[in-house]
Amino acid sequence: MKKTILSAAIGAAVLGTASAASAATLDDVKAKGFVTCGVSQGIPGFSNPNDKGDWSGLDVDYCRGIAAAVFGDPSKAKFVALSSKDRFPALQSGEVDVLTRNTTWTISRDTSLGFNFRTVNYYDGQGFMVKKGLNVKSALELSGAAVCVQQGTTTELNLADYFKANNLQYNPVVFEKEADATSAYDSGRCDVYTTDQSGLYAIRLKMKNPDENMVLPEVISKEPLGPAVRQGDDKWFDIVSWVHYAMVGAEELGVTSKNVDEMKTSGGPDIKRMLGSEEGTKIGTDLGLTNDWAYNVIKTVGNYGEVFARNLGPDTPIKIERGLNAQWTKGGLQYAPPIR
Amino acid sequence: MAVTDFSYVRQEMAGPKPAPSSEVGVVHWLRTNLFASVTDTIMTIAGLALLVYTLPGLIQWLFLDASWTGTDRSACATVSQGGVLPDGQSGACWAFVSAKFNQFIFGRYPSELYWRPLLVMVLFIALLIPMLMPKAPYKGWNALALFIVLPVVSFFLLGGGLGLEPVETQLWGGLMVTLILSFFGITVSLPFGILLALGRRSNLPVIKMLCVLFIEVIRGIPLITVLFMASVMLPLFLPDGWTFDKLLRALIGVSLFSSAYMAEVIRGGLQAMPKGQFEGADSLGLSYWQKMRLVILPQAIKLVIPGIVNTFIGLFKDTSLVYIIGMFDLLGIVTLNQSDANWSSPVTPITGYVFAGFVFWIFCFAMSRYSLFMERHLDTGHKR
Repeated sequence: MKKTILSAAIGAAVLGTASAASAATLDDVKAKGFVTCGVSQGIPGFSNPNDKGDWSGLDVDYCRGIAAAVFGDPSKAKFVALSSKDRFPALQSGEVDVLTRNTTWTISRDTSLGFNFRTVNYYDGQGFMVKKGLNVKSALELSGAAVCVQQGTTTELNLADYFKANNLQYNPVVFEKEADATSAYDSGRCDVYTTDQSGLYAIRLKMKNPDENMVLPEVISKEPLGPAVRQGDDKWFDIVSWVHYAMVGAEELGVTSKNVDEMKTSGGPDIKRMLGSEEGTKIGTDLGLTNDWAYNVIKTVGNYGEVFARNLGPDTPIKIERGLNAQWTKGGLQYAPPIR
Repeated sequence: MAVTDFSYVRQEMAGPKPAPSSEVGVVHWLRTNLFASVTDTIMTIAGLALLVYTLPGLIQWLFLDASWTGTDRSACATVSQGGVLPDGQSGACWAFVSAKFNQFIFGRYPSELYWRPLLVMVLFIALLIPMLMPKAPYKGWNALALFIVLPVVSFFLLGGGLGLEPVETQLWGGLMVTLILSFFGITVSLPFGILLALGRRSNLPVIKMLCVLFIEVIRGIPLITVLFMASVMLPLFLPDGWTFDKLLRALIGVSLFSSAYMAEVIRGGLQAMPKGQFEGADSLGLSYWQKMRLVILPQAIKLVIPGIVNTFIGLFKDTSLVYIIGMFDLLGIVTLNQSDANWSSPVTPITGYVFAGFVFWIFCFAMSRYSLFMERHLDTGHKR
């Protein structure tokens, strides 16, 4: 509780100066020549280093997408690794231009911390993993269980809420790093491990006996994860939001990184409008970018479906289904406003 | 008749007899070293039992069952975990270490520029070895090159500038950062520690108070707090647009911290000096600095070599804490890479930690052996 008040106070204190001073993030970014993004200290599929030492993951590709929209070059993105505690001060102080660090959009982060969220690049929800040997079929049977959880996250707060609302006792076993929490669960230190469902998929890879664990049916929270920017800079906020919408919209229209070149000339009017090849279009310049901003994003990073498949989808070790993150036309929640 | 030849008298000395079988050989060695008393015997058996209990499993895990080659997690995971190994087998995943080895050493430093940190490393070794050998000549020039010239040269070599392509510290990492932090910390903390220790024993009240204040404040705060303040709070107070390099923040934090500890170790040595040494130096008419430099400090520092090395080793290991400010030292980069889903398996984290632990051990053990050597080398018969 104290922590929340403190961070809120810091946020409030900084808000005045930060929003006034960094009113033109786009100009700052253009001046320094790269976008600085806050990413995690390692969350599989969202931001983790690959064998070459380059960052990869869904959040990382979003940052590259923003760089592609601004500069036409996805490599003009720099990454700052932030722990879940450090991420907000880093955005407030201007150390990063945008936080793409699978951050849950909540009202307090939107208001008292002084950030803006609009888009959701991954709809997540918190779940529980237990050992099959416990013979538990529902989270409501978890009274008295020791629960491994990562500190400083909404996960920790949701856990407390859920158990309180259902009048259940539990012993939280709190870890700073996700890796420590999972290995503690795997070695039997706790009965239950709780994190976002995307995380539960990833930790199955580290289990000694993945088949002896099961995910309980309850999803106890909504975790809309998305990029966050500082309040008071609507132009930059628009750019970050529309990079996401362009990627989602491209998938809906069937534009991929492979066919984007032919689509630019032969696609329908809505595709041409999005890719900036329509006569006399001003969509890109109104955003403060060039008219081929969306073309650059799709060409270099890919549409939402490609990015998802590359980092989280069935062909990766993590193997997450699209689920809530499917297009709205396919029963999911990803829905892009029209680009016109 | 003179008797000159007695066949029963030996002409030459009898050779020494071999020592009794109970005093030589394996049996004797075992008796005196392992089975000298009942307690020794029990300890020996307990020790052997422990080895027999742990060693085969360890060797099995580390080497025999280990996966040495592979390009992704399937090499290290069993069939039920989604890999190729038979179920139930568990061995170290050295393939992970070899795939990530460059990262563990250089962090995310651009691979086409690896020659720069390697050159720094070669220079460092070339200057360090003569420095460590008591008999090597030109100690003064050597020290100047190692402690002043090398840091400046490596600053430009590693970070770029002067025509070299810049590499920001965000990309530095691994063992390179561990060594930079600890070398810098050690180089700064020894002279600063000596000054602080002298200041704390000074007769000038302002200096004394400042030194006491500095030492007690820094020693009262955990290093993790110093680093956290430097990384999270500092940017909030600085004017907008000012950024302070993270590595620099860590360097300053670590050096301040170890200076305070070093000061107390040195002060212990100063306090152990008999009063006669101070009086003797005074009676020769030496000035304060001459007295310290020529008489007191050489003896005092020699007394506290174990304490100094202890502080160095502690500092070397404490550098891992920079993980919390988003710098990736050796341990940090090992942990970071555990989040790579292409490699995650139950044995990957342990293998990473074993590797990091082994590298840390090599460095700490080397420091500790060198300090023992220096103690023996400097021993002038004052042992009681």
